[in-house]
Amino acid sequence: MADAALSPAFSRAGGKTLRALLGEPRVLFGGGFVLLMIAIALLAPVIAPKDPLEQDLMLGTLPPAGFDGAEAGYLLGTDDLGRDVLSRILHGTRIALIVAFVAASLSALIGTALGLAAGFYRGWTDRIVSRLVDIWMSFPPVLLSVLLVAVFGPGLHSVIAAIVIIDWTRFCRVVRAETIRQAGLDYVTAAETVGFSRPHILLREILPNVVPILLALVSLEMGIAVTVEAILSFVGLSLSSDTPTWGGMIAQGRQIVYQGWWVLVFPLIALFSTVLAFNQLGNGLRLALDPVMRR
Amino acid sequence: MLTAFVTLIGVAIVIFCLLRIVPGDPVAMMISPSATPADIAALRARYGLDLGLFQQFVIWFKAVTAGDFGASISLRRDVVELIGERLPATLELAFAALVFGVLAGGTIAVITTLLRRTPLEAVFEFLNGLFLAVPDFVWALALVLVLGVAFPVLPLSGRLDPASAPAFVTPFYLLESLVRLDFATFSDLVAHMVMPVLALGLPLAAIVARILKESLLEAMGQDYVLLARLKGMSPLRLVLQEALRNAVGPTLTLTGVQFTFMIGGTVIIERIFAYPGLGNMAIDAVINRDLPLIQGIVLIFGALFILINIATDALAVLLDPRQAHG
Repeated sequence: MADAALSPAFSRAGGKTLRALLGEPRVLFGGGFVLLMIAIALLAPVIAPKDPLEQDLMLGTLPPAGFDGAEAGYLLGTDDLGRDVLSRILHGTRIALIVAFVAASLSALIGTALGLAAGFYRGWTDRIVSRLVDIWMSFPPVLLSVLLVAVFGPGLHSVIAAIVIIDWTRFCRVVRAETIRQAGLDYVTAAETVGFSRPHILLREILPNVVPILLALVSLEMGIAVTVEAILSFVGLSLSSDTPTWGGMIAQGRQIVYQGWWVLVFPLIALFSTVLAFNQLGNGLRLALDPVMRR
Repeated sequence: MLTAFVTLIGVAIVIFCLLRIVPGDPVAMMISPSATPADIAALRARYGLDLGLFQQFVIWFKAVTAGDFGASISLRRDVVELIGERLPATLELAFAALVFGVLAGGTIAVITTLLRRTPLEAVFEFLNGLFLAVPDFVWALALVLVLGVAFPVLPLSGRLDPASAPAFVTPFYLLESLVRLDFATFSDLVAHMVMPVLALGLPLAAIVARILKESLLEAMGQDYVLLARLKGMSPLRLVLQEALRNAVGPTLTLTGVQFTFMIGGTVIIERIFAYPGLGNMAIDAVINRDLPLIQGIVLIFGALFILINIATDALAVLLDPRQAHG
């Protein structure tokens, strides 16, 4: 009970927070789009008009509906192997979302743990963590991710591992700064006076107040993760070219861009809107959950 | 300086350790299938792969500090030489994108500051948000579609048209063609750079525009600006002469950080446009498991990042108006 009285995050009624969230158009737009994506990913086998792996060289590089030479049933056309572009995009949503959710949650977990420890205990912990972050930030992220996937071998697990290994620093830096700020506030001093243990103060008092900024960061990170997966697929280091991924389709589309622009355009639009939705959701969450920005 | 040095050594250790756990034997990839075990052992010894990990690191570190990065396994050439050929292409690209990003972002910041509280401000804000959210990778491919395919006005790949390329003395083609007043080559180089520069520079322009505008608005609220306004100075002169000078600080620091991100971004952008820079070579090196080349390139990138940070700090001190009045 004492926690609730001391901690500003808990003293604000939940309903007020919910109203702030629903009153923020970016949260509604971004969140709505992400929900739609989740539905598409879950229902992909049902709603996809064709088998995403089915090849038919007689139906290669068909243009999308409305263009000369279009074939009924292939709304967005086919790639050079005769696979349905729409079905591949719908199925590609699955990989994109799996990477987004798993990679972002794991990076958040590691980054937050180290950021909280560094920001709260300071001293040697802080020095080591901060130096590590500095070293990490001296690597070009795209090169490092390509390198890591080369080390782990191509595949979904490697892609996720590479994103986590690179991007935990984003969380660590922000959470560390926020923890330092929170640790200087009165409620922490009060909790110390009451005699709460240090781990208790960190996890029960400070952590809940870091959560709003963390949620925003996770959403932004999901957008980044989707892009990194696409980049690695583009370079040919993600999943095998059979599995429908947006990045793989984009790479294929870049190669045959003069023969079939639609193989590049539609997955690029899917990637673009997804990144934008996660971005809007993240920025909206930050605005809606930050009491200072709200006022 | 000391912390920068420690960071660079950290980078060296991380890259070294990382590459020793690469599965797949680089020697196996470069030797003919008919090679005897003795041939393989000889080759391993030649590249020092038969020594202990710590010994390998000591030998490697000594060589690197002496400027010897070894020889590329896949290209069978000196790594320093290869980097020397490719780095200038990447630097020209990155600096062109930096100049574009800062100029475009700065112009937009000044315009939106002048357009405060008009409907146009909302339009600019919306576009700015879009450019901030969308990564360079997506811009690059959108540009490929628009300027390369739909309206094929620009070349899609490479650094210049090989048919009309003159013999260059330096690897800095853009600078050299300008110095020689060879405008045909210069414009060909520029045409090849437009799309990658836009892809790299647009996100930078968006973030520069946002931060500079915030600082400009803050500066515009200061007493000395109000005074100048009361004296009848025009809004444009007010922004350019009074507010800008005091507002550049935060933007400069941010530009330094963003510039390092942008140099990291050249890796994939060069790949998309088949631009013969360091990043493009880096991806090939990784795919070919070319350890000496990867080590050299990553270290060069790390050193570049650290140099940019030092330069940014120095520039921030120089440009600080408080320093000027000493």
